[in-house]
Amino acid sequence: MTPVALLTGFLGAGKTTLLQRLLADPALADTAVLINEFGEVGLDHHLLERIDERTVLLQSGCLCCTVRGELAQALRDLLSRRTRGVVPPFARVVIESTGLADPYPALSTLRAEPVLRHHVAPGNVVTVVDAPNGAANLARHAVSTRQVAAADRLVVTKTDLADAATTAALLDALRAINPTAPLLRAAEAPLDAAHLLASDATGGRAWFGSAFTADSPKHGGDIAAFALTFDVPLDWVAFGVWLTMLLNRHGERILRVKGILAVAGAEAPVAVHGVQHLVHPPVHLRAWPDADRRSRLVFIVQGLPRAAIERSLRAFLGVAAQARAA
Amino acid sequence: MCALCGVLGGPEHWTDAAAGADSAARRRERARRVALANRVLAQYAMRLDDWQGSAYMLSTATGKQEMVETLGHLWPAAERLSGRACDPLDPALLARLEAR
Repeated sequence: MTPVALLTGFLGAGKTTLLQRLLADPALADTAVLINEFGEVGLDHHLLERIDERTVLLQSGCLCCTVRGELAQALRDLLSRRTRGVVPPFARVVIESTGLADPYPALSTLRAEPVLRHHVAPGNVVTVVDAPNGAANLARHAVSTRQVAAADRLVVTKTDLADAATTAALLDALRAINPTAPLLRAAEAPLDAAHLLASDATGGRAWFGSAFTADSPKHGGDIAAFALTFDVPLDWVAFGVWLTMLLNRHGERILRVKGILAVAGAEAPVAVHGVQHLVHPPVHLRAWPDADRRSRLVFIVQGLPRAAIERSLRAFLGVAAQARAA
Repeated sequence: MCALCGVLGGPEHWTDAAAGADSAARRRERARRVALANRVLAQYAMRLDDWQGSAYMLSTATGKQEMVETLGHLWPAAERLSGRACDPLDPALLARLEAR
């Protein structure tokens, strides 16, 4: 499976500059790049494809059919040409999406497209936010918020062009929307390209390392992040029935759900990881990341009350517990 | 199969992943999944039955039926057949689940 990372961020955030910087790292020499603004950067020895914004959304509401046609076609062609030896071998793909794109359709395509899903695995979502304009973009553009919420890694750029107060306010806003993604400052520190483009969802690594258990500070708007913890092992069946039902009805407003769960009957913890309607296959971790053995679930939601979500999950778990006891 | 994609043998749904390869454990888990889904579906006068261990049959009280492959397909189908929003945050549903 070839990991496919998604590089996103609002217009002018510095995605292309970051991509150039990453591709200069010898560790990423075997990287294919799909970029939607053809010719914007001379990536001469890299592979360049053009993707359009077209999204094919079939009428049914069947979410497995949310396929971005041209992205799928471009990726299939790339894989085919690699197989035929027409292009040099590559070990990973990075998609640079347009600044106005919601990351979800691209992720969904990787998971749902009948050919691609056997050949590629969704990698990290890397979201770039620039210090001078980032906070204003978050306030004005919902898609900017969705990009931040979906991130596995946040990269703040151009901190050398913003004053300290502006940068501090942006960092607070980012932490409020997405408290768990590691945050890197591109202008001030060397970037670990391998860490940025790793694959948290499929790698089974303990991405949950950042101990986030408190509610995030209030952020302007209706985005909220919160963590639920459970002292007793969770019933996997009840969790599955509940989360599928929740995502079917409220998926657009569940910007992110991820967690590390103690599952009843399983010794190792299970990591779950979802973006809107899309849930990655759960990963059995080899061990707990720390001494805490409680299940922890982090939600980033838009306009959904924490109390209702918690009550609902506990009600479903309660029914399952009764059935087990009976 | 996804009726619209026409793709046979879709990927394993994420909800099926925890039991592992032990077929007896998977069967037990399926039975528990059907039982729990039925506790919820009762709110909408529907029921779910296992169909040969490979799919589920969703039925309404008035006899409408639809085959669904996974939990991912269950809820859109339930909303379509019942004509109602199946909302896990609905206080009426939660009161029903909490009452027992």
